Amino acid sequence: MTEHTEMGVAQIRDGVANGDFTAVEVAEAFNAAVAAASDLNAFIVTTPDSALDAARNVDARRAKGQDIGKMGGVPIGMKDLFATDGTPTTAASHILEGFVPPYESTVSAKLWDAGAGMLGKLNLDQFAMGSSNETSAFGNVVNPWRAKGSDAPLAPGGSSGGSSAAVAARLCPAATGTDTGGSIRQPAAFTGITGIKPTYGRCSRWGVVAFASSLDQPGPMARDTRDCAIMLEAMAGFDPKDSTSLDAPVPEWEAGLNPDLSGKRVGIPREYRMDGMDADVAKSWDDGIAWLKDAGATIVDISLPHTKYALPAYYIIAPAEASSNLARYDGVRYGLRDLPDGAGLQDMYAATRAAGFGKEVKRRIMIGTYVLSAGFYDAYYTQAQKVRQLIADDFAKAWESCDVILAPTCPSAAFPLGDKVSDPLSMYLNDVFAVPASLAGLPAMSVPAGLNRDGLPLGLQIIGKGFDEQGVLNAGLAIEQRAGFTAKPDTWWKA
Amino acid sequence: MSVDKATVTKIASLARIAMSDAEVEAMVPELNNILGWVEQLGEVDVTGVEPMATVVPNALRLREDEVNADPKTGGGVRDKVLANAPAPEHGFFGVPKVIE
Repeated sequence: MTEHTEMGVAQIRDGVANGDFTAVEVAEAFNAAVAAASDLNAFIVTTPDSALDAARNVDARRAKGQDIGKMGGVPIGMKDLFATDGTPTTAASHILEGFVPPYESTVSAKLWDAGAGMLGKLNLDQFAMGSSNETSAFGNVVNPWRAKGSDAPLAPGGSSGGSSAAVAARLCPAATGTDTGGSIRQPAAFTGITGIKPTYGRCSRWGVVAFASSLDQPGPMARDTRDCAIMLEAMAGFDPKDSTSLDAPVPEWEAGLNPDLSGKRVGIPREYRMDGMDADVAKSWDDGIAWLKDAGATIVDISLPHTKYALPAYYIIAPAEASSNLARYDGVRYGLRDLPDGAGLQDMYAATRAAGFGKEVKRRIMIGTYVLSAGFYDAYYTQAQKVRQLIADDFAKAWESCDVILAPTCPSAAFPLGDKVSDPLSMYLNDVFAVPASLAGLPAMSVPAGLNRDGLPLGLQIIGKGFDEQGVLNAGLAIEQRAGFTAKPDTWWKA
Repeated sequence: MSVDKATVTKIASLARIAMSDAEVEAMVPELNNILGWVEQLGEVDVTGVEPMATVVPNALRLREDEVNADPKTGGGVRDKVLANAPAPEHGFFGVPKVIE
């Protein structure tokens, strides 16, 4: 029999349902894998008992002949941005140290209801602000992949870097992520796994620590397309507690999977083929085009003329919303309080926030505060919101001639830790292909396409029309079946 | 537009983040770098374009005007609300003295 930790979501769920093995056996195997992988620093907190309790429940339900749920017996990792009742939730920031939520986020509650168990809380960029998992107050996550002939530690991507590293290293079959400007897709691409950001509003943001509310969207990260479809079904759904939650039924994405793309048109945005594009990235894009043709699709050239303005617009809108959202960390209601001797209320706010927030978080709060300040609001924020509309209009126009869009997920494979920390702009540019779909609220996923010259994974991105996760998943499945991506990182982290 | 030390000090104060002189000094070129880059948005012709307020057509809902319309977001959970407060006092959030 396949080792439990080599199995994905569907295989575990079906195996437990059929009685091939028990949910407890699975949870024990993954708990052991997590315990042996501390070198990756993927988890902030591990919760082996929680995983075992959930597994015992599933086994008991099965013994009684009851339904075990869409995720029955599947232990998962939970990005530490989701509030979990009774388990510390930090957003990887000192300012939330000691915070133990007395409530459960909607998405995590839905997963537990579907029979999943929690292996632990996964590391991330602080407040999900970063593309390399180097802004966490709990240290860098290390990518399980290494370049051929090198043992230099690589970035796992960000902000969902703990999630991507843990899934790639087989510490969990799947994990939650959140995507504000690429935080599911870029780490998935950097670690050779699959991740989908659904249409904005599909998954509730209630109980997810807020970064940029008009962009934040939870989604699944797993080893393949089917596993993502299963987990997304369990996570999605209307939530009256989130004012931007979509009041729409959740489609049966798993049952609807179909890799036959006959009659479908795939758009190739010419603005994404940038000067000086990495040769291996360009080749994997060409491979993707050939695979989708082979699956029956027609390839069409499209134009998204405002692409180059997406990233600068994002770096006004996201910090603006962050500066407002993060005003709640004041040393009064929860988390850290730094009260210097004799300090008044205003000094306490300033001292607490200085001590609690990391460098990148402060930088973004400062940018956000500046672009929203009197006299600059129109020049920066209003202008960015107008450009955001033009970017959404570009996509709307593209849908007149295509059904999905194919592009690279990132401009490069995983880069070494430390490579870009001193240059925020070069770090931001990593999300150049991911941000446009975020600004337009569209579903988008990354699937592994192959390895580059250094033996590192590359991802291909599929962007779909709003609400058409099925079209995105189907194109992802068509690529997955033709890419035949079976490579795995060497398990150097196991002592 | 670019920022100087005085502006950064003012922003830090608006953002309620204490910063040393050295930190302010280091932040000036960092912010100018980013602001200089986002200013390319100024070259986009946005004549007649409304600023985007929402990505999906979605009417904002109102909840029933009653306490505990949803028990999870309703009242009656004072102790839970205060459970994580650094200095709760007599069922309230405690803060340093504001009025002399």
